[in-house]
Amino acid sequence: MSAVRIPPVLRTATGGQKQVVAGGATVGEVLQSLVAAYPALEQQLLAPDGSLNRFVNVFLNDTDIRHLDALATPVVDRDTVVLLPAMAGG
Amino acid sequence: MTTQIETPPPRSVGPAPREAPGEARVRLACRRCGLPVALGPVYVCAACFGPLEVAYDLDSLRESIHADTIEARPPGVWRYRELLPVDPPSRGLAVGSTPLVNGTRLGAAIGIDRLWLKDDTRNPSLSFKDRPVAMAAAAVERFGMGTLACASTGNLAGATAAAAAALGIPAYVFIPADLEPAKIDHALAYGATVVPIEGTYDDVNRICLEVADETGWGFVNINLRPFYAEGSKTLAFEIAESLGWRTPDVIVAPIASGAMFTKLAKGFDELAAVGLIERRPIRLVGGQAAGCAPVATAWESGSDIVEPVRFPDTIVRSLAIGNPADGGYAVELARGSGGSIEAIPDEVTAATIRDVARLEGIFTETAGGVTVAAAAAARRRGVIGPDDEVVALLTGNGLKTPDARQFGVDPRPHRAGPGEPGLAPALPPRFGEVLAWLEQGS
Repeated sequence: MSAVRIPPVLRTATGGQKQVVAGGATVGEVLQSLVAAYPALEQQLLAPDGSLNRFVNVFLNDTDIRHLDALATPVVDRDTVVLLPAMAGG
Repeated sequence: MTTQIETPPPRSVGPAPREAPGEARVRLACRRCGLPVALGPVYVCAACFGPLEVAYDLDSLRESIHADTIEARPPGVWRYRELLPVDPPSRGLAVGSTPLVNGTRLGAAIGIDRLWLKDDTRNPSLSFKDRPVAMAAAAVERFGMGTLACASTGNLAGATAAAAAALGIPAYVFIPADLEPAKIDHALAYGATVVPIEGTYDDVNRICLEVADETGWGFVNINLRPFYAEGSKTLAFEIAESLGWRTPDVIVAPIASGAMFTKLAKGFDELAAVGLIERRPIRLVGGQAAGCAPVATAWESGSDIVEPVRFPDTIVRSLAIGNPADGGYAVELARGSGGSIEAIPDEVTAATIRDVARLEGIFTETAGGVTVAAAAAARRRGVIGPDDEVVALLTGNGLKTPDARQFGVDPRPHRAGPGEPGLAPALPPRFGEVLAWLEQGS
């Protein structure tokens, strides 16, 4: 199981939890598990075709998954997936 | 002859009179789904995760906003207060009302006869970042957040530190550890706590997103970003006012996150919506450093997707954002307006910094070199025509990046030394020997 850090704006959907755990062998599977456990997250995180919302950045252990294998990036136990808003900085 | 259009310099650091009340005229709204949100230190839509931005009741403003009222106000960004998201802070810096300079000599060199330079090198902390930070500082006071903070590529560090000093509140400035020393010294001088992070700007930004959530501090470009970004509109307002309430054919601006680029367009759009200018097309041309050009690459390839650059490699540290938040919007704007986004090699940026200084007497930091080089590139590409009236933004002062000027010419850092073109050898303190050196042809 991987830890998933939840940004404040999404914590209503996770009952206020800052961090939850979710299973899966890839980042994409972890996000699917997350959405299955907390269905209210789906609209914010995923487009109708299952791709990532363009305003969400996903990091695996501090690395943007776009610099890895995107949603196909392998995940092992004790990895941390961090969800953050894309519209920041500059 | 150089012509300058300049409003008088700001005379005081006190707040401007509060003529325009009524934040009912202002709210936040999601740029993606349109959901309205009350003003607050929030930046993400709870419904769709899209970005929040400030929206105004422009129809009602059309009746109440007039050019002569604005012109009668003190200089500075707050003269446009009806189109800004917050009232001025109780104590702030004298930001804005910078001159629009006729760049005749530089224009002749790059084939643009009607070139104007917006000289934002002379804001209080020597860059345009004082404009957005003025809005964020006002917001931090309004929301009682107590501490001003930022993730910075350098210019924002100084602007945030200076604004916090003026307000009398602490500042925390997070930067990439290998930032130019002059920018670090600058922020420290104002009393800020500077936190170097061993990574890229994007690493710094990622960490600050979580620090903002944990601390509740007012991060100007994170939880206060909707307010902060609005400050860049004042560049558009001042350009229009300086030109007699009209617009140029082309605006050329640097692109880092793309926020300023998009807010220039929003600024001109709002001026037209309230009737202060005639609505006419403006081509938007952007400049990026070739060593970190995710937005230029997307524009050039015809793609809507901005692929992030993991490891920027450029002397243009102020534009070295590999994962630009507003990159997609900037591509849309450049494409939709008939503009372009140019990628400029560092050698060209350095040569252009020298040209701007030599031909116009303005010493710009690296982003200004990129911008003028982008104007020249867009002229060669045909995006800018020979008769176009063009405004290029010089967004920061060259003293912030003193090494950059000699990039590609002299590898030595920091100080001009013996042998540098233009620098005489040290002469004895005797008139005869100085005269002899001058007479031998310098």
